[in-house]
Amino acid sequence: MSATEIKAPRSGQSSSGQISEKTTAGGRIAPQYRRSGSSKGNFEMLSWLFMRLSGVVLIVLIFGHLTVNLLVGEGIHAIDFGFVAGKWADPFWQVWDLAMLWLAMLHGTNGVRTIINDYAEKDSTRLWLKIVLFAATAVIIILGTLVIFTFNPCPVVNGVQLPGGFCPAP
Amino acid sequence: MPTKPAGTLYRGREGQWSWVGHRITGVVIFFFLLVHVLDTSLVRVSPEAYTAVIGAYKNPLMALGETGLVAAIVFHAFNGLRIIAVDFWKKGAKYQRQMLWTVLALWLVVMVGFSIRHLSLALGGH
Repeated sequence: MSATEIKAPRSGQSSSGQISEKTTAGGRIAPQYRRSGSSKGNFEMLSWLFMRLSGVVLIVLIFGHLTVNLLVGEGIHAIDFGFVAGKWADPFWQVWDLAMLWLAMLHGTNGVRTIINDYAEKDSTRLWLKIVLFAATAVIIILGTLVIFTFNPCPVVNGVQLPGGFCPAP
Repeated sequence: MPTKPAGTLYRGREGQWSWVGHRITGVVIFFFLLVHVLDTSLVRVSPEAYTAVIGAYKNPLMALGETGLVAAIVFHAFNGLRIIAVDFWKKGAKYQRQMLWTVLALWLVVMVGFSIRHLSLALGGH
């Protein structure tokens, strides 16, 4: 009876001294110790990275948004339909607000998703909270995007310009 | 046997409270954002509907609310930069406490400036 060979853990060495398939397949870490299953990929790492990258961009977008809308000129008194119409008549502000809408909603949704994962202990509770969250996010992003792009800064009803619009001089 | 947990860098100190603050401000901003997209979407309904709803915002109570919202945004923004520094800067974890106090100092400066400007505009009449 031959002696049982006891291998060092994670050595990846077969009894013949060759490196086994088990270790080399996944790179430097044996598959049983890898944190992400093959089905999830590295989604959580990408979400972590997204929070940091979108966060930096959002600081520029939102600080600009607050400065232009609240601090310049007569501030909040200036905000009415004509103010919004004047901004969205310009593709620069359309793109600015579109980027802000998408990045802020995805950043916020991902943050709330993390909070749900942290505090909701039951699987079914987590599932339902996330269904509600993702549904709300989809509605807000689609609605906001449609409003930015289908908006008419100079609304005309029955041939009459509505008051407060941002109409080019006739 | 220690009678209480030995001090850690994280528990009950700057690291933990900034994390709590980041979560709370984040949730507040998120729910505001949902409402803000909805109210702005009224421009698609009619000029009157939008201007009427925005007009309802223009009172002293909402001016204070806006100031609180901006306070939450500015903290979340500056503390977010601190988190990025903790994650990506080699000495970030070592200086995380000092960075939090820097965040709070900058937050105070920005908020004093913002409050003076916004509240004098919003409350000062027209």
